[in-house]
Amino acid sequence: MRVFTYLVVASFVALLVYASLGLPGRGEVDAPLHREESIAGTPVAATFYTRKAFSDAATPNFVTVILADYRGFDTLGETLVVLTAGIACLLILGRAP
Amino acid sequence: MGASRSVIVVLVSRLVAPLIQIFSFYVIFHGHYSPGGGFQGGALLAASILLLRLTCGREESQKNFRSDLGLMLGPLGAMTFLVVGLIMISGGSFLDYQHTPLLRLEPAQMRSFAILIVEVAIGLAVMATLISIFDNLSAPSRKEDSS
Amino acid sequence: MDSIHAHYPYWVVLTLLVIGLWGMLLKGNLMKKVVGMTIFQSAIILFFILSAYKVGGTVPIYDEALGVGDPSLYINPLPHTLMLTAIVVGVAIVGEALALLIVIYRTYGTLEEPVLVERMK
Repeated sequence: MRVFTYLVVASFVALLVYASLGLPGRGEVDAPLHREESIAGTPVAATFYTRKAFSDAATPNFVTVILADYRGFDTLGETLVVLTAGIACLLILGRAP
Repeated sequence: MGASRSVIVVLVSRLVAPLIQIFSFYVIFHGHYSPGGGFQGGALLAASILLLRLTCGREESQKNFRSDLGLMLGPLGAMTFLVVGLIMISGGSFLDYQHTPLLRLEPAQMRSFAILIVEVAIGLAVMATLISIFDNLSAPSRKEDSS
Repeated sequence: MDSIHAHYPYWVVLTLLVIGLWGMLLKGNLMKKVVGMTIFQSAIILFFILSAYKVGGTVPIYDEALGVGDPSLYINPLPHTLMLTAIVVGVAIVGEALALLIVIYRTYGTLEEPVLVERMK
């Protein structure tokens, strides 16, 4: 049983090394991640946020503006997830609040 | 959870904990200008209280943060976030920060102010939840027959 | 040689991922499996963040000397934002896993997996 698990892990490692050779090199400028316009010619989400964040929210940090303004609904759900984890921890252990 | 028996450890942790709290407030409020924000500052605030719980013992550090406060402050932070979002319905849509009922600043300044309120609320909620998870995991078990 | 120079950061993160996977699958103690899961998750977050780098780009904070007319001077801010969410979810999962381990220990008295499977029968 353990030999089978060793074989699975080894083949998974080999598969990942082979797959990572197909990724673009780290930091290449023409990777698909850093594209500025989509195929249809409209700006990609990242270029839209970088262009408009400072003039929309007077805040230099783009990551905070994206997290709390453009994608604020996801952050609301995130906070509820953390709260749910805390309450579930309380209930699993059987302590009355 | 017993206190540490070494005087040096107890004294140094009592000296360092307020400094960690000041640094965490810096991280939350400077989320606008440098890397930081609500989640990171909330984790740092929780770390300062957990340092006191680990070194000074459970009973002694109740004076810093009572265990039953944790589950009251967490939902308070999330509810602040929801209320801030619902106030915006009066002018526009949900979570659209430019209709804050303040003095008539320009929309960019109103958004910046509302982002700050939201970040503080998130920091509070994350701190309260992390401390309450630790308190539940490490509370002394009651000596009763298991149901 | 050139491809090794371009791809070796991925292999470093791959080492962490394999260590985490090894701990999750091949260790008998349940606590070691939880630690392996944490290492695995850290490897995934690091993979996203290291692949979001661009030669010639700077931190996604507004710089007055650069302006926003040319967005190719800043790196992509979206992976960093998504990884903040991922880290917080990871913390929640670890808290839950530890609470479940306490209940398992209370009920069965052990945390070793072969002994646990025996006692559950």
